[in-house]
Formats: sequence, C-alpha cells, structure tokens
Amino acid sequence: MNFALTVVEQGLIYGILALGVYITYKILDFPDLTVDGSFPLGAAVTASLITRGVNPYLTLPIAFLAGALAGVCTGLIHVKCKVRDLLSGIIMMTALYTVNLEIAGTNNVPLFSKETMFKNKMLTGIFGDTTPGYAKVALILIVVLISKILLDLYLQTKSGYLLRAVGDNDKLVTSLAKDKGNVKILGLAIANGLVSLSGCVFCQEQKVFDISSGTGAMVIGLASVIIGTAMFKKFPKVKATTAVFVGAILYKACVALAIKFFNPQAMKLITAVLFLLILIISMDRKKKVKHYA
Amino acid sequence: MLELKHIQKYYNPGTVNEMCLFEDFNLTVKDGQFVAVVGSNGSGKTSMLNLICGSIDVDDGKILIDGHDITREKEYQRLKRIGRVYQDPAMGTCPNMTLLENMAMADNKGKFFGLSRGTNRERINYYKECLSQLNLGLEDKLNVKVGTLSGGQRQAMSLVMSTLTPIDFLILDEHTAALDPKTAERIMELTGKIVAEKKLTTIMVTHNLRYAVEYGDRLLMMHQGETVIDVAGEEKKKLHVDKLLEKFNEISIECGN
Repeated sequence: MNFALTVVEQGLIYGILALGVYITYKILDFPDLTVDGSFPLGAAVTASLITRGVNPYLTLPIAFLAGALAGVCTGLIHVKCKVRDLLSGIIMMTALYTVNLEIAGTNNVPLFSKETMFKNKMLTGIFGDTTPGYAKVALILIVVLISKILLDLYLQTKSGYLLRAVGDNDKLVTSLAKDKGNVKILGLAIANGLVSLSGCVFCQEQKVFDISSGTGAMVIGLASVIIGTAMFKKFPKVKATTAVFVGAILYKACVALAIKFFNPQAMKLITAVLFLLILIISMDRKKKVKHYA
Repeated sequence: MLELKHIQKYYNPGTVNEMCLFEDFNLTVKDGQFVAVVGSNGSGKTSMLNLICGSIDVDDGKILIDGHDITREKEYQRLKRIGRVYQDPAMGTCPNMTLLENMAMADNKGKFFGLSRGTNRERINYYKECLSQLNLGLEDKLNVKVGTLSGGQRQAMSLVMSTLTPIDFLILDEHTAALDPKTAERIMELTGKIVAEKKLTTIMVTHNLRYAVEYGDRLLMMHQGETVIDVAGEEKKKLHVDKLLEKFNEISIECGN
C-alpha cells in the first residue's frame, strides 16, 4: 500500500513536469532540453526560499515564475539568436547548472527541519506530527488539478489557439499577422514554468535540494508524455493533459518495480532502457517527420 | 496601390553560383486590379510574391503600399493587410485543429490574441454560412480536424480563411497547382467569386494559361526577372491562349530548351 502511494505521489509530481514537456514536445514540436535545468531550478529556488523562512506555499508560484524566465531565455536564444532548438536547450541547461548552484548556495540543501508544504504548523494542527501519505497525495493533487485546469482553459483561449497553431503550422501564424517567434517564447515560458513548479514540489517532498535531481528529467517527462498519449490514442475524449499524468504514474511504477529487482545504482540505465522500450512500442519516433516542406 | 520600384535581387551573392534574378524590376498594381502572372519555372514569379510578402528580402529597391514604404517591415507585419494562399494546401490551415478553431483564428487575424475564449459562439453561424458557399459540405464538419480533409477541401478552407477578414491584397501562389483538374476548376471559380465580391486587389501566379486568360483584368508574363507581356483591360480580353502559348514557346527557344 505504501509502495503504491509513493508511486502515485511521485508520478503526480513528475506529471506536472510531463505537462510542461507536453507543451514543448507535442504542441510546439520543440525538443526542449532546458527541462534538465529548469526542474532543479524550481527546487533550488524553493530550497533557498524555505531556508529563508518564506511560506512554503508561496514558493510554488515563485518557482513557476523562475522556470518561466528560464524558458524565455531559451526562447530568446532560439528565436533572436537563431540557434537551433536542441542547442538552445543545451546551452540553457548548462548555464542553469551554475545558476542553480548559485541560488541554492551548495549542491545539497537539506530541508528536514524546515517547514514545507507537506509539514508545517497548519498540517501538524490537523494530522499531528507526521502528515499521512494520503494527505500528501491530496496536497499534490490540488497543485496538479490547478495546473491542469488552468492549462486546459488556456489552450482554449485565443492565445492558446495560437500556441497550438505555431507547432502545427507556423506559416499560418505568420499569415495571421503574428510573430511566430513570440508565440514560441511564450510556449517555452509556460512549459518551463510547469517543469520548475514540479521541481519545487519534488524538492519539498524529498525534503532536500540536490543539484543532480534534474539529470534525466527530460527523459522522465518525455516517457510520461509518450506513454500517456499513446495509451489514450483510441480515446479522444480523454484530454492529453490528463493522459500525461497517467503516463507519469505508470512510468514511475515501472521504474520502481525495476529497481526492486536491480541494484539502485542501475537506476539511470533502467530509465534509459525503459524509455527506449516505450519508444519502440509506441512507435512515436516516426511521427516527427513533417508533412510539409 | 502596390508599387515595386527598382527591385534588385541576387541569389547566392558572392559565390560562384551568384544569380541575378531581378535587375531594376518595376511593377505597379492599381487598387481593385486582378493580375494573373504566368511564366516558366525560374522566371521569378514566386520570388516576386515572396518579395512582396516579405518572405525574402530585397537587395535594393522599394516596395510601397499606397505610397507607404513597407520594404523594412517583417513578413508578419505585412501580412496584416495581405492574404496569401500557397500552392501546398497544407500551408494555409492547421491540420491538428478543428475547422471551427481554424476559422476562429482566421477571423481574429490582425486583432489581439489574448485570454478571451478562442471561439466566439455567436460567430459559428457566420462561419457555417461562409463554408456552405463552397458546396463541399464543410459546414457540417466544424468539429472535425482539418488534417482529415482532402487537399481540395483544405485549399478551399485556406482561401476562405485568408479572405475572412478585410484585407487589401490577395496573393495566390499557384494555388490550384496541387489539385486535380476538377477541383482546380472549382477552386478557381470560387476565387473569381470571392475576388469579385470583396473587390480585392489580387495577384495570382499560375501555370495554367487558360486560367490566366479567363480570370483577371491584367496579365503578366515573366521571363528571367522581367515582364515580357503586360496587357490589361480590353487588350487582355482579346488575348487568346494560343497566342500566349506561342510567346511562351518563343521564349523557350531563345533559351534553348
């Protein structure tokens, strides 16, 4: 039971990350590696704020904004400096490593004795000394639902239409007399904001900031998006923004099961092999061929 | 009025492949004129459209709309008052969005894309009306993704979408070239109807000499970056496909192909 709860908990947290990756990978058609830097950015910002005694719930929107800023930078590098999408992400990811260290102070910041969104005066008043697992899941679920619903609503606005259009056929965005570059930057900002938000929740759940927490974040996000969207392909009624969370939980479950049988050191290898398997099974590799020149 | 003044355009400047396409190219299109442009491949037809829309930059010269210099304006800024339909039917629509969403976006062209609802429910009947004019049954498929439509249906959509909002110019870049003859005919009829109805100033590039003769009130034939035929009004009405083809062959022989 505890095992399942942990999987759901982690799956939901990484689901927020997957929501961000969904925007870049599926909507914008932009392989955004910034994710590996903006995930720990959210964590670093959170750790730094919490050690300074800021209300842990306030760290959530601040982490989102910090991530959005990172996304804007990637966008500016790509759009204004005309650097290729993949490289823009790599540049930002590399730069963010130092930025994250600078924000957090060191490469490891423990938050065990601090107030977090899962352990604070208010929650102790309700649940006593230890917050039960289901309450943690419920708290994460609130963050998840807010992000998901806001994103769903946004994608139905005029601005959201334009975001979907730019990944689908950017010529049309130009035809509509809009600068496609600005739309891409906006998309990257929202995506990395969500990724950073996920890092923020992750850091509070783990009660520690670790600089290496971002390594492989992109893979987790991508795997979740691909599992989720492939699973619900035949059910168009299920929104992709819901599917990615299911994908994230499933992926986390697979990894957790695999680690039970293997050495924890093999974690990254398992992650990579699992991702490869998912790619092969869902055959999403071929999708990226553009049907127009 | 659209004016191209002393346009110069080189391709691959500074390399052995340097090629001069336009050397002092001039063109004036009056308001309300429907210009059909023909010419062999590489004669500069599409390049001319790209220069007007800003998809490529001029090396020298000026482009004016109603006396206002737009040479330095970016493509997306110019397209505020220009509607463009491309040869490839996939270019004018978003395949993964529904017909309704596509129409709603087109309807908002030139306005702010903010956080208000993407589709204005009150406009749906108007969209249906616009689409029903096509006689393709598209008005009943509003919630279908555009990607599932045929090329002809998509091109019809593109045409409707690019003329949905008030524009000054319509640019048609071989917009019937990728369609079967029957569909092409239909799209051409539709084009003539929309242009006449909305009194649009239009430049249409086509490889179909018959369309060039039948449609529009001015005809240009281009060759190696120059206009070799430029007829309008009564003179154009007298022009026949055979005569045009004759001239076409004449040019081809000169070039040795």
